[in-house]
Amino acid sequence: MAKHVCLQSFHAVRSVRLWSALSGFQARPDRPQVQVLQRRQISRQAQLFTGSQNDCSPNTKILVHFVNQDGVKNSVTVSEGETLLDVVINKNLDISGFGACEGTLACSTCHLVFEENIYNRLDPVVDEEVDMLDLAYGVSNTSRLGCQVTVESWMDGMTVCVPQEVKDQRELSKRTK
Amino acid sequence: MNRTVQKSLFFIVKSVRTSPSNTAGKLHAWRGLSTTPDPPTKVCIVGGGPAGFYTAQHIIKGRPDVQVDVYERLPVPFGLVRFGVAPDHPEVKNVINTFTQTAQHERCRFLGNVNVGKDVSVDELRQLYHAVVLSYGAEGNRSLGVPGEHLPGVYSAKDFVGWYNGLPYNRELRPDLSHDTAVILGQGNVAVDVARILLSPLDMLKKTDITQAALDALANSQVRRVLIVGRRGPMQVACTIKELREMVNLPETQPDMLTDDFHGVNEALKDLPRPRKRLTELMLKALREQAGKEAHRKWGFRFLRSPLDVLPNADGTRAAAIRLALNKLEGLGDEARAVPTGEVEEIPCGVIISSIGYKSLPIDSAVPFDPRKAIIPNTMGRVQETTGLYCSGWVKRGPTGVIATTMNDSFDTGRVLLQDLDSGAIDISESKLGAQGIAPLLEKKGVRPVSFSDWEKISDEEVRRGEAQGKPREKMLDVQEMLSVAWA
Repeated sequence: MAKHVCLQSFHAVRSVRLWSALSGFQARPDRPQVQVLQRRQISRQAQLFTGSQNDCSPNTKILVHFVNQDGVKNSVTVSEGETLLDVVINKNLDISGFGACEGTLACSTCHLVFEENIYNRLDPVVDEEVDMLDLAYGVSNTSRLGCQVTVESWMDGMTVCVPQEVKDQRELSKRTK
Repeated sequence: MNRTVQKSLFFIVKSVRTSPSNTAGKLHAWRGLSTTPDPPTKVCIVGGGPAGFYTAQHIIKGRPDVQVDVYERLPVPFGLVRFGVAPDHPEVKNVINTFTQTAQHERCRFLGNVNVGKDVSVDELRQLYHAVVLSYGAEGNRSLGVPGEHLPGVYSAKDFVGWYNGLPYNRELRPDLSHDTAVILGQGNVAVDVARILLSPLDMLKKTDITQAALDALANSQVRRVLIVGRRGPMQVACTIKELREMVNLPETQPDMLTDDFHGVNEALKDLPRPRKRLTELMLKALREQAGKEAHRKWGFRFLRSPLDVLPNADGTRAAAIRLALNKLEGLGDEARAVPTGEVEEIPCGVIISSIGYKSLPIDSAVPFDPRKAIIPNTMGRVQETTGLYCSGWVKRGPTGVIATTMNDSFDTGRVLLQDLDSGAIDISESKLGAQGIAPLLEKKGVRPVSFSDWEKISDEEVRRGEAQGKPREKMLDVQEMLSVAWA
């Protein structure tokens, strides 16, 4: 089964003290990678807390538009070969709680809705992905998990959306006044 | 700053805020407090599990003037991610990375080993903080309500899972696994986790963070058949397909289900929504293929059965069997109801695990609590009839859902709290002491908090101990041991 587990970007952003049972990678304080890990950790922290953009990848050719849970659109240029989860993390896009399980098909938080013509050209979905999609909020006929979709050049210009929240807090607070 | 607080400043910690790793430089609650004061708006969260950390993350991100202090009763954080998620599901625990980053944020402070309700009251917290969020989850469990349920040999799934996951409270459980049949009551994901851990080949479990004590007990276990019993039918089962697929694919085991339980199910398939349809199809496939298999370890659902009583052995010292009422269904889908037919059956077994739900408990007499629903009464996370008091996670909604469910719920509460800060519903012009005020209170009680970097010492030691066994970590089971490592 083609299970796309993006180990690369996620091990890079962990700090030395965090464990990763998935790959058996165990952080040791004396490893020379410490400095690199800590710098990437700041980047991940920046994404968690400020949603700030940080476009630093060299081979960017493909334009992708992300619409987040509040309807805000972020357009980024990305390289082939990254998964959409990698993109959200590396570009520090402001999408709440995206990628909780870090690309291991153990959650549905990287759920994205695609345009139909794009959806139909994506690689076939495996059972394990459908299992998690079945649990996602707001699943549609053109939903996929971002961690399982790899950017390819024909995706240039596509728009992907995070499902809108059920409760719009502004409406609810109006009703209670 | 008043004199009492000044006396609490033991020594000056060099502020290392510019360093990439914030753990060394952040405000340690208990090596004295840095000369740099906390941001002016003070929020505290009671409970260091997923709800607590996701709520903290959302609030910290939402406003630059907020300090969030997370209180946790145990010396170790992460709640059910550490003590509930099965040891063979390490990828689900990846969320710990995001919680760690939250805890290490300069405007977040973790205070472990503090029992809110005993060491400090919620009222005291409300005096020191502009807002208090209750995220302490569900530490109780629903009772079966049948005779014999307190016999030795009957355990709650919460305790059984706590036992194999190293929850200090459950370390003396010592379940008796000497009979060949185990019966699990309830058919949710927790029940399936328990079944899988009972039947997994040791080689698979040996490489996980399951406790050594559990590994030893399972190595000697005589359990060869696990029945997962539910009141209703296959189309009402509460577990999800990923967990069912793992059982179906579990090496050296085979399904053992009853054709009679699936009466009418094939015909109803086409009308089911996709998730339910795929789950049901997988069960039917397992049923069809079970005859051709010859594994020594068997597992199976038993549907349409409700517990009547637990029967003791001859001298009444432990559970020896369970008596079940057979049901039929009235109604369809999620609304179907189980109705007894009058028939009963007995299943001899040596261990009965009740997996019918966790349950929240009241924390403090000052906090409203709904004993019927076992949650804190709230509207969108604002605790009813209070201001500045909030809740998130299972204590707010009830004890169901996966981590992502709790995440979304925590973001909802966070959003509402931020709204109240923005709108002035919480008066932040009034200055609050936050952790500075907690220090003397706890000192008087002889309570010393465990900081996040103290936890990291515990964690490093667990990882070190696990390495010798080829495990990601070997969890400490004793709180005193955790504390001595934390403060060494």
